[in-house]
Amino acid sequence: MSTHCLKVLALGAAIAAAMPAGAADAQSSCGGCHALSEPDFATLGVVERLQRQAPPLWFAGNKYKEGWLEQWLQAPTTILPAGYFPNAAITHTDEGDVVDPAKLHQHDALSAADAKAVADELMALKPHDDLIAAMNYEPGNLALRMGTMDFRKFKGCQACHHDAEGDGGFSGPELYTAWQRLQPAFIASFITDPRAWDTNTIMPQMEMNEAAVYKLVDYLRLIGGGEQ
Amino acid sequence: MKTLAMGPIALLALCAAAPTQAETGEELYHVYCIQCHGTAGDGRGVNAAAMDVLPRAHIDPVEMGARQDADLNKVIHQGGKSINKSVLMPSWGHNLTDEQVEKLVQHLRVLCNCGG
Repeated sequence: MSTHCLKVLALGAAIAAAMPAGAADAQSSCGGCHALSEPDFATLGVVERLQRQAPPLWFAGNKYKEGWLEQWLQAPTTILPAGYFPNAAITHTDEGDVVDPAKLHQHDALSAADAKAVADELMALKPHDDLIAAMNYEPGNLALRMGTMDFRKFKGCQACHHDAEGDGGFSGPELYTAWQRLQPAFIASFITDPRAWDTNTIMPQMEMNEAAVYKLVDYLRLIGGGEQ
Repeated sequence: MKTLAMGPIALLALCAAAPTQAETGEELYHVYCIQCHGTAGDGRGVNAAAMDVLPRAHIDPVEMGARQDADLNKVIHQGGKSINKSVLMPSWGHNLTDEQVEKLVQHLRVLCNCGG
């Protein structure tokens, strides 16, 4: 067994051992599908992405809003409308590729106590405070019509993302709930340089200046019900 | 609890694959392209229905044969705008190495069974 394999197994065991019984059970099952530490991208290459089953969590503490994470773990909903790419819940038909609802994985719901314990553990995973600190985003004014046009037509984000329920592409996470789920500085940083967070991300790095990035963040705030 | 039983198995499954850097063009296509261009390369990926401009069908030898390898390389690197096509084709030049882009170009030639 390779060193990499031993590390993966050791990680699951270490997390399980460090937590209370209920939370340890939940956390060890997290590691079955989610990466809890950064993979060795240089060794694994894109094969790592082919093997992924679920979003990575090694930077969860820099990414999610803690209150949202704890609540979602108790009542999980589908955020990725086609599942996690490339191992998505799609099937090929005569009409092209379509989402097969029967293949969509339903995340287990945790008890309130386990959800809090797991959320606490995940929110402690903060390897990129530096990237968060580099963002200077402050909410700005944006007309909904202009934001929609920018998101859909000028930047082409809608090709992969829903910006309204049932409206948009399927390969990326829904974004009309992004403001509820994600820290604003993470949104800005991830749009700016997604590979700084995840080498094998399938989010393309666009060539945008800071103002253009922040305009997209403002749009997500606007459609996500955030404060003006 | 089902996931508790599956957790260790999933970890072992992760270990079963030998680490490698030698990804193929087909593997790269499966990660970066099928969302829009389709698992069959027919331009009808799961995202296509939401697009105002349909993605290119890579299995079309007429359309693909009209493109030089250098054009394909450029559009993957710099996006649709670079060849006056749709902004919906993003630039992948920051995500992929030159070698990976070249592997994708060669895989496109396999899909279309055509030269450029």
